[in-house]
Amino acid sequence: MSEVILEVRDLVKHFPIRQGIVFKRTIGQIKAVDGVSLDLHKGETLGIVGESGCGKSTLAKLLMNLEKPTSGEVRYQGRDVLRLSPAEQRKLRRNIQLVMQDPYTSLNPRMTVGDIVGEPFEIHPDAAPKGDRRRKVQELLDVVGLNPEHINRYPHQFSGGQRQRIGIARALALKPEVIVCDEPVSALDVSIQAQVMNLLDQLQTEFNLSYIFIAHDLSVVRHIADRVGVMYLGKMVEVGTDDDIYVRPTHPYTQALLSAVPVPDPTARQRKAVIRLEGDVPSPANPPSGCRFRTRCWKAQEICATETPLLQIRPTSGHPSACHFAQERDVVHAG
Amino acid sequence: MSDIKVKTAPVQGVDGRSGGHLLEVENLHVEFRTRDGVAKVINGVSYHVDAGETLAVLGESGSGKSVTAQTIMGILDTPPGFVTGGSIRFRGKDLLTMGKDERRLVRGEGIAMVFQDALSALNPVFTVGFQIAELFRKRRGMSRADGYKRATELLDLVKIPAAKTRLKDFPHQFSGGMRQRVMIAMALALDPEVLIADEPTTALDVTVQAQIMDLLAEIRRDRNMGMILITHDLGVVADVADRIAVMYAGRIVEQADVHALYGKPCHPYTLALLDSLPRLDLKGQELNTIKGLPPNLLRIPSGCAFHPRCRMAKDICSAERPALVELGGVRASACHFAEELYGRE
Ligand SMILES: Nc1ncnc2c1ncn2[C@@H]1O[C@H](COP(=O)(O)OP(=O)(O)OP(=O)(O)O)[C@@H](O)[C@H]1O
Ligand SMILES: Nc1ncnc2c1ncn2[C@@H]1O[C@H](COP(=O)(O)OP(=O)(O)OP(=O)(O)O)[C@@H](O)[C@H]1O
Ligand code: SF4
Ligand code: SF4
Ligand SMILES: [Mg+2]
Ligand SMILES: [Mg+2]
Repeated sequence: MSEVILEVRDLVKHFPIRQGIVFKRTIGQIKAVDGVSLDLHKGETLGIVGESGCGKSTLAKLLMNLEKPTSGEVRYQGRDVLRLSPAEQRKLRRNIQLVMQDPYTSLNPRMTVGDIVGEPFEIHPDAAPKGDRRRKVQELLDVVGLNPEHINRYPHQFSGGQRQRIGIARALALKPEVIVCDEPVSALDVSIQAQVMNLLDQLQTEFNLSYIFIAHDLSVVRHIADRVGVMYLGKMVEVGTDDDIYVRPTHPYTQALLSAVPVPDPTARQRKAVIRLEGDVPSPANPPSGCRFRTRCWKAQEICATETPLLQIRPTSGHPSACHFAQERDVVHAG
Repeated sequence: MSDIKVKTAPVQGVDGRSGGHLLEVENLHVEFRTRDGVAKVINGVSYHVDAGETLAVLGESGSGKSVTAQTIMGILDTPPGFVTGGSIRFRGKDLLTMGKDERRLVRGEGIAMVFQDALSALNPVFTVGFQIAELFRKRRGMSRADGYKRATELLDLVKIPAAKTRLKDFPHQFSGGMRQRVMIAMALALDPEVLIADEPTTALDVTVQAQIMDLLAEIRRDRNMGMILITHDLGVVADVADRIAVMYAGRIVEQADVHALYGKPCHPYTLALLDSLPRLDLKGQELNTIKGLPPNLLRIPSGCAFHPRCRMAKDICSAERPALVELGGVRASACHFAEELYGRE
C-alpha cells in the first residue's frame, strides 16, 4: 500500500460536563472519542460509519486540529500536529481541508458565495494572485455544479444541497492533500450526490487526494471507500476493506447496521430481515463496561461486561474486529 | 378555547360540502423577489395528504420541496418570498386567507414540522429542556415543572439517552443526529394531525433512522396522523411511503403510488433520478448523473423545464409545457411522452 499520510494513535476526546451557575463544577465527562487509531494512506478513501453521536464529527475536528485531544496523537506526514511550528501549522491548514456536516451553520450568512469560496485565497494569498481570484472562484463553482453567475448571492438564497456544494468548492480551493468530508452528500438528492461522488473520485485520481469520508449512507460509503471503519460510542469496532465490511462483517453492530439499510425497492419491505437493536443507545458520559455494545447485543455473554474486546484480527475474523465472538453471519446486504 | 375547535372540526369544504382531503395544496405559486430578479420557485404545485397516510415528496435539491412546506406552515421568508397564487386547505379551510390568530393555532397542533436544519431551528441561547417546556407552558398552560416532565418523556420517546440530564444542555452540545431527534420530539409535542418531516433522518445513522421511522410510523398509526415526508433517501421512501410526488423546478412532474413509481417511473426525470443511485455493480465506476445544471429559476426553460437535460426531449418539449396528465386513472405524469412511457413493457 502507498505511504501513510495521516496516522492516528489512541486518540481520546472527553468533553467535561459542568454544572452550577456561578461555580461550575465538572460532574463527569462525555467520552466522545475514546481511543481511536487509524491510518490514512496517500490516494485512498477511508470511509467512517457509525451511530449518530458516536464521535465521528469530533474525530474529524481532532484530525483538523480544530479540537485539542484529551490524549493521543495525530501525525501528518510523520509529524505530530500538536507540535508544529506556526509555519507548519499554516501548511497543515492548507493541506487538510474539511467539508462540514451542516451546510446551514457552516456558511457565514453575511458573506457572498464568492467571498466564502474565495476566503481560503485571502488566508493563503500565494495560492492565487488577486486578479485571478474571481475567475478561480467561478471555476470552482462550475466544478461543483453551481451556476458561476451566482457568485454574488448569499447562502440563504440557496437550497440545502446547493449550500453543501458551496462548502465543497471552498474545500477544493487550495488543492489540499487530504479532505475530511463529514456527511458531504447526505443533504443532496441522489443525482447531485452522484455528481459530487464522481467529482471527488475524479479529483482523487487527478491530484492523488486522500479522503476521510464520514457518512450515514452505507451504500454511498461502499461506492466510494477503499477501506471502511465502523464506530460505536467513541470506539472503532471494525475495520477492513469494503468487502470485509460489507460482505464479511464479523462485528454484531456492523451486522445490525447493514441489515437496517433501507433498500430502494418497495417490494423488499416484507423480505428484509432487519436486526432491530433492543434498548437505548447508552450515554457517552457513562458507557457500559467491557464491550460498549453489550447492552444492545444479542450475543452478549458474561465476558462482554468484564473484558473490553480489542480491535484485532481473530481466528474467526480475517480483519480487525472488536468482538469476543466475532463471526460472519448472513445479513441482507446494502445495495 | 378555540384550539379545541380547530381539533374537532369535521373535515368540510369551504362551501360546507364535506369530503375533501385533510391537507390539500392546490396550484400553489411562490416567487422570490431578489436583487437579481424574480425567482419563480413554486409554479403550480398541487398535492394532498389524508389522515394516516404518508406522502413522500422527492425531487431535485432546489426544486421547492422545503419552500412548499414553509408556505404550508406559514413561515415563508417574506420578503423576498411571496405567494402569488393557489390555496392550501387544512380541514377544508384555506390557510392562506385565514386570520393570523387562527393560523397560529393550526401551527403545532394542526400541522407541525420537523425542519431540515435542526440547529438553526433551535434557539441556541436556551437549553433544550427550556425550549420544550416553554412550548407546553405557552400552548397548554402547564406549569414549568410539568413542562419539564413532559420534555423528559418526549426525549425518551425519541431515544435520547439520559434524557433527564440532557435537558440541561444547549443545542450545540448535541450531535447532529440527536439535534434532529430533539426537533422531532418538539414537533410531536402538541399531537399534530399532519406532520411535515423535511429530511427528518438525513443526519441519522441507519439503525437510529430505522428506529425513528418505526416511531413515526407507530405514531402515525396510533394517532391516525397524516405525514408529508420530504427526503432524498430513495430507500426510506421505498420503506414507508404510500404515495410519492416528484418535484422539478417548482412543479410536480410525477405522482404515483410507491409500487407504481419504483416499478415503472413514467417521467424522464424520475427515471434519471432512480438511475443515479449507487449500485453494487457500479463500484469503482462513474455513477449515472443527470447532465447539465439545475434550472435557473430566474429564467426557467420554456416548455418543459426539464428539456435542456432530458434524454428523450424532442422539439415539442421546448415549445409546449406538458400538463400533469392522468395515466390509467391511478397516477399522473407531466411529460409529452407520458403515455408512451406508461405503455412500455
Ligand atoms: N462541544 C461539545 N460539548 C459537549 N459535548 C459534545 C460537544 N461536541 C460533541 N459532543 C458530544 O460528543 C458526542 C459525539 O458527538 P459527534 O458530533 O462527534 O457525533 P457524530 O458521530 O458526528 O454524530 P452524528 O452522526 O449525529 O453527527 C455526542 O454525545 C455529543 O453530544
Ligand atoms: N430566502 C430565499 N431567497 C431567495 N431564494 C430562495 C430563498 N429560499 C429558497 N430560495 C430558492 O428557492 C428554491 C427552492 O428552495 P427549497 O429550499 O425549497 O429547495 P428544496 O427542494 O428543499 O431543496 P433541498 O433538497 O436542497 O433542500 C431554491 O432555488 C432556493 O435557492
Ligand atoms: S464483545 Fe460481546 S457484547 Fe460486544 S459485540 Fe461481541 S458479543 Fe456483543
Ligand atoms: S416533456 Fe419532453 S423534455 Fe419534458 S420530460 Fe418529457 S420528454 Fe423530457
Ligand atoms: Mg456528526
Ligand atoms: Mg429542502
